[in-house]
Amino acid sequence: MLTQSDVERIAHLARLHIDERESKVFSDSLSQILALIEEMNAVDTSNIEPMAHPQDVGLRLRKDAVTETDRRTEFQEIAPATENGLYVVPKVVE
Amino acid sequence: MGPEAVINKSLAELSRALQSKETSSVDLTRAFLERMDTGQGLNAFITVDGDRALEQARAADARIARGDAGSLTGMPLAHKDIFCTKGLLTTCGSKILSNFVAPYNATLIERFNQAGAVILGKTNMDEFAMGSSNETSYFGAVENPWDRACVPGGSSGGSAAAVAARLAPAATGTDTGGSIRQPAAFCGITGLKPSYGRVSRYGMVAFASSLDQGGVLTRSAEDAAYLLSVMAGFDPRDSTSIDRPADDYVGSLEQDISGLTIGLPRQFFGEGLDPEVGRRVEAAIEEYKRLGVKAVDIDMPNCSLAVPCYYVLGPAEASSNLARYDGVRYGYRAPEYADLIDMYKKTRSQGFGAEVKRRILIGTYVLSAGYYDAYYLKALKLRRLIAQEFEQAFQICDLIVGPTTPTTAFKLGAKVDDPIAMYLNDIYTIPANLSGLPGISIPAGFDNAGHPVGLQLIGRYFDEARLLNMAHHYQRVTDWHKHTPAGFA
Repeated sequence: MLTQSDVERIAHLARLHIDERESKVFSDSLSQILALIEEMNAVDTSNIEPMAHPQDVGLRLRKDAVTETDRRTEFQEIAPATENGLYVVPKVVE
Repeated sequence: MGPEAVINKSLAELSRALQSKETSSVDLTRAFLERMDTGQGLNAFITVDGDRALEQARAADARIARGDAGSLTGMPLAHKDIFCTKGLLTTCGSKILSNFVAPYNATLIERFNQAGAVILGKTNMDEFAMGSSNETSYFGAVENPWDRACVPGGSSGGSAAAVAARLAPAATGTDTGGSIRQPAAFCGITGLKPSYGRVSRYGMVAFASSLDQGGVLTRSAEDAAYLLSVMAGFDPRDSTSIDRPADDYVGSLEQDISGLTIGLPRQFFGEGLDPEVGRRVEAAIEEYKRLGVKAVDIDMPNCSLAVPCYYVLGPAEASSNLARYDGVRYGYRAPEYADLIDMYKKTRSQGFGAEVKRRILIGTYVLSAGYYDAYYLKALKLRRLIAQEFEQAFQICDLIVGPTTPTTAFKLGAKVDDPIAMYLNDIYTIPANLSGLPGISIPAGFDNAGHPVGLQLIGRYFDEARLLNMAHHYQRVTDWHKHTPAGFA
């Protein structure tokens, strides 16, 4: 069971703003989903190796060499706010 | 060839017509653009850029004239709006990306561009591919061409509806838990999800990175083979791409299938399966037996827990992947905010729809301190048990066969307020994603309401050629895949 205050705490961790009405709706549906998820407990998984990747292969390594060109201007053209080649966000340091 | 003749041809037929110069890419592209324009009204497309498509078509025609054409040169294709297209909007069905024009192409798009294919448009989809009905799209629901009061399935619902209604010869899609196979089943078309690692994920907007795989929605297995031949292959830009050459998918379509064994998992035919769907699937299995295929019953008990396992892993990966949408580098930013945290929160709350928020919340919860082992680690272990079940099954059979979905297409609005009922739609498709195996859905008839039924085949790793070969043999002796919805013939 997830209470409305649980939902509000998780929402803060996820950087989502949830109003009173939404936290009620989400606490109901998330509780149902958690009940579904808990069906997993029917199976004993002790001594089973977790599987993170379908082919169980490790990440490939490549040479530590520059492969990308500088495309800052192009990338910043689609940003909500930039100035002098920097991304602009609200002030965080006084 | 006149526009009517063009619309009803398969992609394989159109490919031959282009190469023999019976038609041109410009004529073909124009015919499909006009058909989309006449407003079939299904809401299958989010973005269509006709001028750009015709420019690509002219370049393709020049290539054909030079004798420099491949099988897809000049072929108009629709792409799910999850694949980044340079200079053309890529929204992923979300408000948060509603203004996003990618500065690069997805590898899949790049491969089709190099083959000379034409981008007809970007298709509608569930927001961030999270949904089984296409109703979570910021751009509105898509109608099922077979019954416009019904959903087309999701998340590749726009692609499925477009191909079924003949608004495009074929379309791409992505499948994280069934998002190609389920809408293909609901719309009476063929949908192929290749093995994880077969098709590059570079430039495909991430939902759950260990499950997402690009594939196709087509009118036949033969058409899917043409497309996969271009899409499949190693990509150094995708760290999970597998360095293994593609097979000859078109060349192996006609291979003999007699003597092969199909496995029928008891768990795919039990409670929850609509009896009419069950009967159509049984009939398809009988058809395979007539083609010399043997059928054996198999037991896959852990597959019944694939849905709970998926609703831990999918949201966990999604909550991490979607953390990037913060209103700083691209996409939507809230117009007003007090400080940085407030900007993040308002941007994300205004930019994401309810289902996406729900999955971010589940994912954040199962990954949070104190819950990680009980949920996330548990799910990863269960995932291995499910994958092992497939490995064991493939010791005694070559392919696994069953229904794609428990029911046929349901009414628009019927499940929007019941996430669990919506999630259970993917009960037969999710196991292949968790295991990374290739799967295909092909049309196997209609229920009494006239809604298409999908037959699912699941193969061994990288056995796409066998899947397409099996599907092709079924399509040689049946004509379900040739039916066209009334009003779209």
